[in-house]
Amino acid sequence: MKLIKRWGRAFGLFWWDFLVGDTPELFVATLVIVAVALLLGHHHESGYLMLPALAIVFLVLSAYRGRRRTGPVGAKPTKQTDAPS
Amino acid sequence: MSTSSTVVLLLAVFGASTVEMVEALTIVVASGVTRGWRSALEGAAAALTVLTIVVLVVGVPLIRWVPINTLRVVVGSLLLVLGLSWLRKSILRASGHKALHDEDVIFATTTAELAAGQSGAKKGGRDAVGFAVAFKGVFLEGTEVVLIVVSLGASQHRLGIAAAAAGAAAIIVAAVGAIVAKQLSQVPENLIKTVVGIMLTSFGLFWVGEGSGVHWPGSDLAIIVLIGVFVVVTVIATSWLRTLRVPAAMSVGSGVEREQVEG
Repeated sequence: MKLIKRWGRAFGLFWWDFLVGDTPELFVATLVIVAVALLLGHHHESGYLMLPALAIVFLVLSAYRGRRRTGPVGAKPTKQTDAPS
Repeated sequence: MSTSSTVVLLLAVFGASTVEMVEALTIVVASGVTRGWRSALEGAAAALTVLTIVVLVVGVPLIRWVPINTLRVVVGSLLLVLGLSWLRKSILRASGHKALHDEDVIFATTTAELAAGQSGAKKGGRDAVGFAVAFKGVFLEGTEVVLIVVSLGASQHRLGIAAAAAGAAAIIVAAVGAIVAKQLSQVPENLIKTVVGIMLTSFGLFWVGEGSGVHWPGSDLAIIVLIGVFVVVTVIATSWLRTLRVPAAMSVGSGVEREQVEG
């Protein structure tokens, strides 16, 4: 029973790390893109423009969020949103 | 499915597998050098066997029983999460906001850890620690490859081709690794990861759209256009983020950078 619990926990952690990890905004971005795709679906011709546009916006915002924000030259970085993976 | 998208599929799987296998090989070599090659190779072989079984057990039923459009939306989403994440990391690395992945540091760290527990190891015989480390390294890195193989292969009904591309990458990396065991850091990992990130993101978007009923002009050729768009976005984003960098703290090989070696 303990072994099953441990495997279940490890399985859950793997998927959490894989899907969310240190970039929850990209997980949310994917959900938004899928939702928009399903909403637009067969009804709008603009779908093929909307999906890449959304992906680009989310990607650039996420990269900007993950940039290293350092203090004075030569000092140790004060903030970086990513945890080592 | 057109030839162009099959070629892109092959390249994406091959590239992703190469990157992950280089990481896995680094760990296997470190384990082999410190704890003996027999256990390290057995651990790696056992992990590859388990991963192959996972591809067969998960991949084949996916193709047979899940409706194609549902499959495309689900695997497209997985590819999109993975692709955007790889691409983001690549942009941050190329622009100097994140440390480059360093195989030398991984090798040194793994050998140091394994050497610390050397007392129980028998050179030439079986060693549980060496086996476990090699197994874990190959299994964890290989799991990502399996996800890509199953996702890309299943969504295009090309599981065999995708698995063959991953297998070819594993064989080539292993062969090259056998010759240049300790020079794995020479592999331009960030470049490969950027290319694969662009491909996975493009495939992911395409399949999410395709499965949802979005009409892509040019059908499968839209994948090539998407790849071109993301190449341009990556170049522009990297150049822009480079201008936001604080120079001295980010010099290559500085202590600060070495602290943050990551996968």
